[in-house]
Amino acid sequence: MARAEGVLTIEEIRNCPGWPGEESIEKKRVAVLECVEDIPCNPCEEICPVGAIEVGSPITNLPTVDGEKCTGCNQCIAICPGLAIFVVEKNHSEQLSSISIPYELLPLPERGERVEGLDRSGEWVCDAQVERVLASKKFDRTHIVMVTVEKKFCHDVRSIKIP
Amino acid sequence: MNKYDTELAVVGAGPAGLCTAIEAARLGVETTIIDEHVRPGGQLFKQIHKFFGSYRHHAGIRGYTIGQQLLDEIEKLGVQVLLSSVAFGFFEDGIIGMYSSGKVFPLRARKSVIATGAIEKPLIFKGWTLPGVMGAGAVQTMINVHGVLPGTRVLMVGSGNVGLIVSYQLIQAGAEVVALVEALPEVSGWHVHAGKICRLGVPILLSHTIEQATGRESVEGAVIAEVDGDFIVKKGTQRKLDVDLICVAVGLRPLVELARLASCHLEYVPGLGGFLPLHDEHMRTSKEDIYVAGDITGIEEASTAMEEGKLAGISAAHALGKLNDETYTMMSRVINTNMHELRLGTFGEERRKCKEDIVRKFAGRMIS
Amino acid sequence: MRIEKHPILDYEGKGSMVFILVNGREIEAIEGEPIAAAILASGIKVFRHTPKLNSPRGVYCAIGRCTDCVMKVNGIPSIRTCITPVEPGMIIESQDNVHEQV
Repeated sequence: MARAEGVLTIEEIRNCPGWPGEESIEKKRVAVLECVEDIPCNPCEEICPVGAIEVGSPITNLPTVDGEKCTGCNQCIAICPGLAIFVVEKNHSEQLSSISIPYELLPLPERGERVEGLDRSGEWVCDAQVERVLASKKFDRTHIVMVTVEKKFCHDVRSIKIP
Repeated sequence: MNKYDTELAVVGAGPAGLCTAIEAARLGVETTIIDEHVRPGGQLFKQIHKFFGSYRHHAGIRGYTIGQQLLDEIEKLGVQVLLSSVAFGFFEDGIIGMYSSGKVFPLRARKSVIATGAIEKPLIFKGWTLPGVMGAGAVQTMINVHGVLPGTRVLMVGSGNVGLIVSYQLIQAGAEVVALVEALPEVSGWHVHAGKICRLGVPILLSHTIEQATGRESVEGAVIAEVDGDFIVKKGTQRKLDVDLICVAVGLRPLVELARLASCHLEYVPGLGGFLPLHDEHMRTSKEDIYVAGDITGIEEASTAMEEGKLAGISAAHALGKLNDETYTMMSRVINTNMHELRLGTFGEERRKCKEDIVRKFAGRMIS
Repeated sequence: MRIEKHPILDYEGKGSMVFILVNGREIEAIEGEPIAAAILASGIKVFRHTPKLNSPRGVYCAIGRCTDCVMKVNGIPSIRTCITPVEPGMIIESQDNVHEQV
């Protein structure tokens, strides 16, 4: 199974509790929690300022996200110890989707830079443009990189490579 | 403070030992921590990733930050810390044999906690002694604590959490992880850790092992091969890799020498890494005045080590009369609840069972 | 090699740069870091050779347990370089054939 190899399929993600639902994906900027194993862990629930993420008790429950409540604030991306959360805006513009990913490498990409968009197995999918690079003391050295890609790749691109 | 006499001696200044000392000192126990290293903190300072669990377990906080918080608390409480000091044995009348700065001296302690942690297991293959073959934890110390990269093209052996996390941290340090080999047909660590390196392009080769490290005076390459269901190498599947560093991440085992020297009863528990000292639900060993906490009691994580340390600390304080039964029961219930949470889920099941077994076996042994 | 910049770690507050001798070669080291770290940082991988088979050995466990990294430090043999801190002017030598010298 794909999970056991380290790479989730889109199918597995759509079926996991952290999927915000097709409606939210179409409508807004929303968090996608690609979290599929029952590890005791819940800082995503604790940090969400609007209570959109729920883990409950026991803390091995997989997190769910309420697409309606989610504001796409990025805080969950930064705090997830597994770097398993992304914020996706499928309809960022007419042509493009935006994907915000956690980034903890050097060099940092720069705003406007063209980078390679990689999928969950590290394969090149498409070229991506860096729209923003966010840092915050709260994020504790996890940068949030927001890239734009062609819409059809919005569920594939989860990593970047600076050429 | 007297170097030769203390109420509570804690051997090991890692997360378990530090938490023991904090709890005990807060309850008024005169505590001395002993560690053979020049700096306290055990393996905490090389954990540069954010911890899991809940806020109660320091979730979302990087290991070295937690380490610093513990050290700050130790300093505030005025706990005596003897660094570069080896506790080499337990003798009669609660005497601990100590060696430091070329001198041997006795340290009398009313109660002791052994929190000496664990050591990486080796993997034997042709060329395993070549410079450039190192434990994954050893490499993690070099890159994260000392800022030194021992190689730039790496083969990682083992897909447990250590192998996966150190692979990611090697990339952060500027190395290339050429491949990760795992003998099992599936990743043995957490998916999220594997996911992080997969999406950075690290090939995880399942049902593969290392056959050989090659090179004259140091690692210049590796030969990997596919294995079958019985872990036997399949003929003709050998492949050469161009690497200068091979990290071995095949598990840890408790460091029990001191417990053995103290005549604590040990038992072989494969699910927790090997020989370990049996203990009761108060973390007390078969020796009435000796407690244990952390990875020495079975390989888990820093989070569980901290909870066990707290438990050992309050247990020792209770035995020293600093805590009444009622308060002790209440405090231990809170710690046990927090500890239990960390052992929930698929990954925690084996550990939970083994831990429950230990306490049961201990009770059985003490009656017989 | 030494890591210059790291995405998570700051290397400020490390000790001062000093010099030590490793088998006659002068290398830079940070005061207080383990000798083994300084040696690896300088690119030296072989710490010694074993007496019987002349096998090269380096650093393995880095936690003071396996004794792979032992060297003679300021004349004293069998020092675990992975847990012994650098002092300025230290003289470090491979202890090949130390059993003949003793």
